[in-house]
Amino acid sequence: MKIIGLIAVFLCGCLLVYGASDFPGWGDPSSPASTHVSPYYIETTMEFTHVPNIVTSVLADYRGYDTMYETTVIFGAGIACFLLLRVVKKKDPVSRLYRHKATGITLRIKKGGKIPDKSNAFERIDSEWVPYDLIIQISCRLLVPLIQIFALYVIAHGHYSPGGGFQGGVILAASIILIAISYDLRSALKIMSERASAFLSAIGVFIYAGTGALCLLLGANFLDYAALDSLLGSGMVMARSHGILIVEIGVGIAVMAVMICLYYNLSSEGKQDEGL
Amino acid sequence: MEDVISFVISKYNYWCYIVLLMIGLYAMIVKNNLVKKIIGMNIFQTAIILFYVSISVKKEGTLPTIIIDPVTGTHTARAADYINPLPHVLMLTAIVVSVATLGIALALAIKIYKEYDTLEEDEIFAQIRKK
Amino acid sequence: MIWQLDIVILTLVIICGIGAITVKDLLGAAILFGAYSFMMCLLWSIMGAVDVAFTEASVGAGVSTVVFVAAVFRTSRRSKD
Repeated sequence: MKIIGLIAVFLCGCLLVYGASDFPGWGDPSSPASTHVSPYYIETTMEFTHVPNIVTSVLADYRGYDTMYETTVIFGAGIACFLLLRVVKKKDPVSRLYRHKATGITLRIKKGGKIPDKSNAFERIDSEWVPYDLIIQISCRLLVPLIQIFALYVIAHGHYSPGGGFQGGVILAASIILIAISYDLRSALKIMSERASAFLSAIGVFIYAGTGALCLLLGANFLDYAALDSLLGSGMVMARSHGILIVEIGVGIAVMAVMICLYYNLSSEGKQDEGL
Repeated sequence: MEDVISFVISKYNYWCYIVLLMIGLYAMIVKNNLVKKIIGMNIFQTAIILFYVSISVKKEGTLPTIIIDPVTGTHTARAADYINPLPHVLMLTAIVVSVATLGIALALAIKIYKEYDTLEEDEIFAQIRKK
Repeated sequence: MIWQLDIVILTLVIICGIGAITVKDLLGAAILFGAYSFMMCLLWSIMGAVDVAFTEASVGAGVSTVVFVAAVFRTSRRSKD
């Protein structure tokens, strides 16, 4: 198997080298890839969409269909991971462990036993002894709001600088994942429950497709944001710019929810109790 | 001799993309461990992305964000000044889809591990034959 | 664009890639894959693809590595090859 594989890889490499020797030199401004279609986008993006970042305008406006189905693919990935891994049957644990915060004494509550009162004096833990990681918890807690503000900036400022819905959504998800790592999965589930993440991923795709359908209702083509002018009243070009922002927010919400859902299911094998 | 060196240097990106693609393909075909195969798949994907981004480079070009004059508020968009943005757009979505496929692949690997208690391909096949 | 830096990072990328598929410990392979992704991100920001570099830094080097570590934690670290 190893030899056959090596031969196949080597043959593939030879073919690719033969193909690559005919390419135009690296960084050649007059190569066919940069002379046929792309000048049109570079020259007309300010005129049509008023978005200086060409990547954002092509992503969300010129190639809006493509990005819409891209978002749907990510939504589908989240659903598939949920269906593959999630254990729906809930097994009651034989005993639960609680730790008294002040003294560090661990209590084992048998099944059917009375759970300690809902005061903050007890915390639930997973094994007999869990290390105290106060420094990690506090510093992550301090970092999370800063990360979230940065993510919102990335989504909102995608028109003028690198960034957009995909990146901002992933950074937002990273802030919740940071909580799940530094505390435990239960604390993260309190902030962002599984139901909420499933709901938000559907909401994100709905915002994207709904914007397209709204354009259709207003008498233009699907995803032609210029039709939003009659609602926003800011001119055809600025309407496209605002349409891109709405769509990016939808993408950001969908990506965030799906990434969180992926992490929850992968890190707990679908049981969603202990986590990493 | 100098011709050969300049030939290699001028297309170094393309040679590296071929090497990375061969590494990824080798890992996917030969490696026995499922997680190693998934890592190979991801290396394969990033090799393709490297190829596309290398195409888009222009030697004299700047970043694909239109520069607006702060005083007058006007801009000049000459295509030769800016890097080709189209491959960037295609690859941006490809990266996000790659993390979606990674999630599915790892979910399948965890499911297989639960069933057979191993990640090695030959041991899994042996267990299937025994049944 | 500095082409010397480009060549150095491309070589590092290949070393990281080979390391990620040859290391016997799966956790080490996951971390090396994260390093590989981050080198790729540097490479793309050198080439001027800032949006792609940003996405790779957050997705490839961030979430992918976390997901890999989570999966390795839930399965086994052992690997025969």
